[in-house]
Amino acid sequence: MEKIYSEEKNACRLTKVSSETIRFLLDYSRSLRVIDYKGFKFEAGLN
Amino acid sequence: MKLEIDDSVLVRDYISGDEKALEILINRHNQRITSFIYSKVLDRDITEDIFQDTFIKVIKTLKRGSYSEEGKFLPWVMRIAHNLIIDHFRKNKRMPKFEGSDDFNIFAVIGDDKLNAERQIIKDQIDSDLGVLIEELPEDQKEVLVMRIYRDMSFKEISENTGVSINTALGRMRYALINLRKIINKHNIVLTS
Repeated sequence: MEKIYSEEKNACRLTKVSSETIRFLLDYSRSLRVIDYKGFKFEAGLN
Repeated sequence: MKLEIDDSVLVRDYISGDEKALEILINRHNQRITSFIYSKVLDRDITEDIFQDTFIKVIKTLKRGSYSEEGKFLPWVMRIAHNLIIDHFRKNKRMPKFEGSDDFNIFAVIGDDKLNAERQIIKDQIDSDLGVLIEELPEDQKEVLVMRIYRDMSFKEISENTGVSINTALGRMRYALINLRKIINKHNIVLTS
């Protein structure tokens, strides 16, 4: 049934990204650590 | 009166470890950036993806300490988004995406290059008609045409096999085609499907 509505939903203009996307970005930011070692920068994802 | 903290202050706070500052920045500019991306790509899912990739770049740059405060935060983020939009279109040019809809026809995407039954019959008919016409050509021209078209030989190979120069073989091929067209015109034959 949900397919019937999918096209109309997609036709709507998107003005703000979803809260899931924002949540993902904030979680990503919290998990990312950049380690500086002798001038080299390493990225580390903390799960 | 609502007091708004300046972007540059939030960026500095974020760099020094205040994760909340990032949330404020994202929420503050969510609408501007989303509308900008959507106005270019006109697709909700792609907009979400590009927005996400944009902020992943922002987060990485800020955390690595590579952000210079020369410009303003929003124009900088918009520039990243703009570059990612260009990347998206470049990528899609190489690998076109199929726009699905309710009347989605899978054969429009994965259609094979074989002819359908009707076109195959027409092609066979044309081939056999052409075979009859070729028989009408003078022997030397017919020989060159058959070697070139049906046996896929190069003019060098044809010249070696027939014992004539390449130029002569080329000339015979040319006359073979001219004469074929003459025969077709003379008898009002229509070979196209």
